[in-house]
Amino acid sequence: MKPISVNVNGFQHEADVEPRTLLVHFLREQIGLTGTNIGCDTSSCGACTVLMNGRSVKACTVLAVQADGQSITTVEGLAENGEWHAVQRAFHEAHGLQCGFCTPGMMMASVSYLKENPSPSEGEVRLALEGNLCRCTGYHNIVKAVLTAAEEMADASAG
Amino acid sequence: MATAEKFVGGGVPRKEDPKLVTGQATFVESITLPDMLHVAVARSPFGSAQINNVDLSAARTAPGVVATFSGEDLADEWAAGLPMAWPVTEDIRIPDHWPVTKDVARYVGDAVAVVVATSPSAAKDAVELIEVDYEVQTAVVDIPSALADDAPRVHESMESNECYTWTHANGDIDAAFAKADIVITENYVQPRLIPSAMEPRAVVVQPVPAAGDFTVWSTTQIPHVAKVLFSLTLGIPEAQMRVIAPDVGGGFGSKLNVYAEEVLCIALARRLGKPMKWVADRSEGYLATIHGRDQLQEIELAATSDGTILGYRVKLLANMGAYLQLVAPGVPLLGGFLYCGTYGGEAYHFECTGVFTNTTPVDAYRGAGRPEATYAIERAIEALALEVGVDAVEIRKRNFLPAGENVPSPAGLAFDSTNYEENLDKALEVLDYEATKAEQADRLSQGSTKLLGIGFSTYVEMCGLAPSQVLASLNYGAGGWDAATVRMLPTGQAEVVTGSSPHGQGHVTSWSQIAADALGIDYQDVTVLHGDTHVAPHGMNTYGSRSLSVAGVAVNQACNRVVDKAKTLAAHVLEVSPDDLEFEDGKFSVKGVPDRVQSIQEMAYAAWTAHNLPEGTEPGLEAHCVFDPPNFTFPFGSHVCVVEVDTETGAVELLRYVAVDDCGTIINPVIVEGQVHGGIVQGVAAALFEEATYAEDGTLETSSMINYLVPSAAEFPSFELDRTVTPSTSNPMGVKGIGEAGTIGSTPAVINAIVNALGHLGITDIAMPAKPERVWQAIQDANGDAS
Amino acid sequence: MIPAKFDYERPSSLSEAISLLSSGGPDARPIAGGHSLLPLMRLRLSRPTLLVDIGGLSDLRYVREDGDHLAIGALATHDDLARSAELLDRCALIPCVAEQIGDPQVRHRGTIGGSVAHADPASDLPAALMVLDAEIIAHGSNGPRTVLATDFFQGPFMSALEPDEILTEIRVPARDGWGSSYQKFQRRAQDWAIVGVTALIESGDGITGAAIGLTNMGGTPLRATAVEQALVGSSDPDGVAAAAAKVAEIGTPPADENASSEYRLHLAEVLIKRAVAEALS
Repeated sequence: MKPISVNVNGFQHEADVEPRTLLVHFLREQIGLTGTNIGCDTSSCGACTVLMNGRSVKACTVLAVQADGQSITTVEGLAENGEWHAVQRAFHEAHGLQCGFCTPGMMMASVSYLKENPSPSEGEVRLALEGNLCRCTGYHNIVKAVLTAAEEMADASAG
Repeated sequence: MATAEKFVGGGVPRKEDPKLVTGQATFVESITLPDMLHVAVARSPFGSAQINNVDLSAARTAPGVVATFSGEDLADEWAAGLPMAWPVTEDIRIPDHWPVTKDVARYVGDAVAVVVATSPSAAKDAVELIEVDYEVQTAVVDIPSALADDAPRVHESMESNECYTWTHANGDIDAAFAKADIVITENYVQPRLIPSAMEPRAVVVQPVPAAGDFTVWSTTQIPHVAKVLFSLTLGIPEAQMRVIAPDVGGGFGSKLNVYAEEVLCIALARRLGKPMKWVADRSEGYLATIHGRDQLQEIELAATSDGTILGYRVKLLANMGAYLQLVAPGVPLLGGFLYCGTYGGEAYHFECTGVFTNTTPVDAYRGAGRPEATYAIERAIEALALEVGVDAVEIRKRNFLPAGENVPSPAGLAFDSTNYEENLDKALEVLDYEATKAEQADRLSQGSTKLLGIGFSTYVEMCGLAPSQVLASLNYGAGGWDAATVRMLPTGQAEVVTGSSPHGQGHVTSWSQIAADALGIDYQDVTVLHGDTHVAPHGMNTYGSRSLSVAGVAVNQACNRVVDKAKTLAAHVLEVSPDDLEFEDGKFSVKGVPDRVQSIQEMAYAAWTAHNLPEGTEPGLEAHCVFDPPNFTFPFGSHVCVVEVDTETGAVELLRYVAVDDCGTIINPVIVEGQVHGGIVQGVAAALFEEATYAEDGTLETSSMINYLVPSAAEFPSFELDRTVTPSTSNPMGVKGIGEAGTIGSTPAVINAIVNALGHLGITDIAMPAKPERVWQAIQDANGDAS
Repeated sequence: MIPAKFDYERPSSLSEAISLLSSGGPDARPIAGGHSLLPLMRLRLSRPTLLVDIGGLSDLRYVREDGDHLAIGALATHDDLARSAELLDRCALIPCVAEQIGDPQVRHRGTIGGSVAHADPASDLPAALMVLDAEIIAHGSNGPRTVLATDFFQGPFMSALEPDEILTEIRVPARDGWGSSYQKFQRRAQDWAIVGVTALIESGDGITGAAIGLTNMGGTPLRATAVEQALVGSSDPDGVAAAAAKVAEIGTPPADENASSEYRLHLAEVLIKRAVAEALS
């Protein structure tokens, strides 16, 4: 077992983990944050996407020991002071989810991307989500939601 | 009721979303119980093998391992094998199907042993220590090799690999072909697909050993059906079994089943007296969760010289896989009535043979039989158009069934609602067909290497399997009804209990809209309960685009009954006859005296206190309804897509996609569009990306999401949707299913578009999936032929 | 989904990392971003007994100009490469390739060192390093040594690295004024290349210098030297096309479920033409 200390959604967690523990299993099973889902075993689907030091990573392809000393944000940490992130609101309002299983990862990938490119085109959003698979929505409303969120975030920072 | 529709027809944002966008949903994998043990399954790596010995000794003593079992060790657990509920013919061959096989492994993934351990990693580590002495046999993985005279048999006790042959005929087919000027004969391959719901399957079982009770949380579309079948498989009284489908991450048919791991976890919980949990890895799920399609089709059209179709003759071979899962034999039958598509004709003949192979079992995948049928007719009619020398639109219009209600189809069904030509015209308008054709011609004449193709598909499908007596005639093992209970709570809200079991479809939202309008209360005042057999005792669940047109209608009717009772209470309070009351916006008022009013909420309270009820009236304001529709619903639509074919590489890009669907009355247009969007992508994925393939020895080559190509947002444009609204006559709300329509309509549209782009080269067909090399090779072959 | 058991060490210096690897036995492996190794470990196709995590050696994460060279630290992520002002300015081929690797999440974690050391013939960066005549610097118990990219890749998943060596830096010559392109042909955006063509073109009056790299056309990344030679001096699309056709001189490329040898060769020819056109534009 290895001791690690990880900041998750603003809280510091100290834990002992087996070296082979994946970050996603640490989040789900050791600290009980089950919002991050596991959809595949080949780093293909992106359901487990979280932010590591503010940038999207697939939590199934990071060892928990590699997250030692790092800062992780999961879907549970997206809202601030009880208020949903613009991306959460947009996914809801644009019907960007159906079964909701890919949604946490899809939103975390979107949040990360909008930090890198605050005013993307439709094509750029589609490419930015290349690593996140959804089987329900056909992506149409997901893309719409990300574009809507981008506008809303731009308005908010302008206002 | 005279209540105005306030919520029905509006795109209200979904009630399901808040927990899903905040990470507060409860998917099965997130359920943890005290003292829970973890189950891992050892699976055959061989397509066909005799099992001489299973040595569990090393696994049993591995760290964290609580118990290990071979198939033989568990043989006494089963009151029956895994269930198959659709024996389509009297002489169908039904193999034994045990949750853990005993002496023969029949596909790569067949369970051969099981480990129970204190952690998932300990269980998986121990599986690697199990030593199975296999004697490898020759596998048969595809239909032609399984049907060869000397083919090895998947089930040694059977005379051949044929499972059944089912025939359906209407009219005089020989006469139709005898008088035909044109006979078109086409052969198509429906590749095997993997449903790939984003949530892998999982199950958690909590036993209460002292009471003999079991609670099962499963990633299932069918908690009620599963409860009955778990009980029968395990010999546990149904009343002691509670099945819960919590939040379920998509199904598409893959969770419309009773799986080995579900009954295995119940059996292990019974045996060891502790909670059990099993979660599929994606790659494990690809082996051990049903696949879809995998059919070989021959379709013949008899037509007059002007392209009017007289008859349809279809021969189908359908791969069942190694065993029969829940409704597998019936899947081709659901398409068996639809090989005439939206078109007329005098005669129809359909024959299907199910075939066993050493592959993962095949069962219902989104559309189940109808995408295959639609593909065949929508491709074959293009061949007919070429033969007659008319445009793709013209050939369809010449053959459309007339607009109307209860229109007889060549296969002998009565289509509840038809309006095909108007629907297609709307699609042409959205597309701007003439302008698109002009651009296509320009590119071709300029010698562009990026050619345009325009592809059409006009489909009709059947959903809401019904009525129950008709299902009996097809030997289907269940009814076509669904149930709803609606109760007003004393504080004025309504509780809707539904027999449907949503897993992404938004029933909580849509049922709230229906109930809110029918009861005249606010949408936020409706709660919808589902997916727990203790909470919703009756249901037939969610598959085959049945939920709205059966369960949703039941909700509406139950609401109406609640209003009827509330009206008698209001009449009592107001001291008038119920006939003197009108009901609007949740208020009962005396006709002509609008200020003499009682609200439905007041009646709910009155029914609860029961202080002042009419003579003989029971307290409470609640009604139950079971709706068994008189017919299927037959949604239809026109899908048109524009593709760009790179003639240098064979790459195909989808540029535009227009879908005009008709699902009758719409409850929530945003949800309807979402269903269509998702359906389109699954259908296009079949045309362009996805195909499960097996090596000759039975190894699944497309074993993960790396090589089974579920496409991403980057592979698609946004879609252009419109609709026509032709109400169904199969239910009082006029609603039709929409869950599978996108998948049914889209696949042939894409292939038609590719063929259309390359038609000038003499190319008339491209096999699915139209991967770049296949398209490039077709172009090479055509150019070779031309030179 | 869960890797087999292994021991884990996180050294605080390169020398400590090397000594851990040396003493760790034949199945000790270094790991940085882990995006080549962890996917294999999760499927238990790879079972290292010891992982030496060099991810904390942050002084190996850099891109800097060094005279007429650019020096790239092994821990620079694909995303770092895609955004590096120095590279965009003086060696735009690398950002052009890096931004097409995997998906954003992979690019945030995956490193150039890990990707190159893994020597996957379908990987995007190795062919770019070949055409750039990159030098690969590795540190082992005998100190540092430099290997030319052309000597580094020895076969599928086989490189010139010794088991106790750690790839530390990649040096590429600046290519001021050269045009570049990476044409990656795949079925889904996130997929590996079925065929990739990397082009580095210098032009004045016609093409004056050309380097063409091929991805997934053999067991290692390749240089299409016959194409390169034919390109120099050509000035019109016909000349480029004639040069591209010489890709056949590499021999028979591999066949797999995505492409036959014939199709692969054809794709390479088409993509060379497109890459050269883009590099010239």
